[in-house]
Amino acid sequence: MSKKIGKQTVRLAEGVVILSAASIVGPKEAEGPLSKYFDQKVEDPFFGEKTWELAESKFVEKNMELAVQKANLNPKDIDYVLCGDLLNQCTGSSFGIKNLNIPFFGLFGACSTMGESMSLGAMLVDGGFANHVLTGASSHFCAAEKQFRFPLPLGTQRPPTATWTVTGDGAVVLARKGEGPKIVEITTGKIVDMGVTDANNMGAAMAPAAAALLQAHFEDTGRTPQDYDVIATGDLGTVGRQLVVELLAKEGYEMDSRYTDCGIEIFDDATQDTHAGGSGCACSAVTFCAYFYPKLLAGEIKRMLFIPTGALMSPTSSQQGQPIPGIAHGLVIEGCKKGAN
Amino acid sequence: MDTTKKAQQEYDKMVKQASPNSPIFMNCLKAFISGGIICIIGQLLSNFYTGKDFSKEEAALLVSITLIGLSALLTALGWYEKLGKFCGAGTIVPITGFANSVVSPAIEFKKEGMVFGMAAKMFIVAGPVIVYGTLTSMLVGLVYYFVK
Repeated sequence: MSKKIGKQTVRLAEGVVILSAASIVGPKEAEGPLSKYFDQKVEDPFFGEKTWELAESKFVEKNMELAVQKANLNPKDIDYVLCGDLLNQCTGSSFGIKNLNIPFFGLFGACSTMGESMSLGAMLVDGGFANHVLTGASSHFCAAEKQFRFPLPLGTQRPPTATWTVTGDGAVVLARKGEGPKIVEITTGKIVDMGVTDANNMGAAMAPAAAALLQAHFEDTGRTPQDYDVIATGDLGTVGRQLVVELLAKEGYEMDSRYTDCGIEIFDDATQDTHAGGSGCACSAVTFCAYFYPKLLAGEIKRMLFIPTGALMSPTSSQQGQPIPGIAHGLVIEGCKKGAN
Repeated sequence: MDTTKKAQQEYDKMVKQASPNSPIFMNCLKAFISGGIICIIGQLLSNFYTGKDFSKEEAALLVSITLIGLSALLTALGWYEKLGKFCGAGTIVPITGFANSVVSPAIEFKKEGMVFGMAAKMFIVAGPVIVYGTLTSMLVGLVYYFVK
């Protein structure tokens, strides 16, 4: 029996269980509105390391270990680890997990990596290729600024549409059996390029990809936005969220208050001066693991559509004047029945 | 999704509508006042040095050295980025901004080594200013030579 429904969506045979979710963040996220939900909060952005890049790897390592621990497993019980980040050649991830000794697939989906890793991990489990898969994504504000923008000590102003890269790592353990929320459907996004070139307005660059993904998902499944308790995009921020609402309204879908964006949830612009919101691979990863996962586990959210979003650019492509294509990956996750746990 | 040229232009309009503008008036005001304060500090320093029996040329040199030194110190302490965020062009345009733009990559890329990191990357921000500054002064010099 084919698991594919429609053009871009697959339905998993029995659903893949998210056995555990773990999150670790830096000091700015720890001051934000989601502070109390994070598992680990690190005061020092260097995390005791010499460089921003090694710090990011340590965030990855510590959080991956915690995710495995929370699932009551050992690293040797994990069949595959799938993760990625924003640094060149994904060294944030590879240096972070090298000591875990688990077969590894490195991924790059820019800030949509959490969606990509969970999608592929769930397919591996559903396909019978693995019993346990560890998936995750990370980013580090300082390492990302250094690579994509300017050196940190440079005194510059950021426009109101700019977003703030989240420092941290989010990771989940996916399993064939066990108790926990289930990934039941996966809608894989296509690259959408609407010609946006402003690297200070990533929300606008990625919004069309998110809107296209949502539309494809609704068409494939026959559902509407109102069939979900929560729809959460990854890191579009206030500008991108507004554009998704407008783009989908044109297609006849009403995105109401059930639709939020992880970049809006994680920071408070009024007190934290983060402008349009949070961004980076860790934005959707830590918000899902810390904030939405416990609500799914408790049955407060029955069905959620989680859509990490990514901007597929590099400093070189940007300097050469190329537009910023966007991508989005969607997962339908069903919460536990209330009272089951 | 429709990504034709027409759809892109339509989307561009939507983006402009949805994106808040930078507070240009307030930014200009802050830049005017903070840039002015830096100039006043420069003048006070100049008066101080000429009062110490330095010639006008020597005093001007010492003012530059003092402001550059101060900017480098503030950059290293991590205060300049906060100042720059508030003042904008007010701290970028004077010589203080130039000092900050050299010292900040030097700090940031020191981790990649003294040669390929700090020294090689030191001018990634200030380099264009030097290149085009020199070029412009040559052009002005040429014009001055012929038009004088």
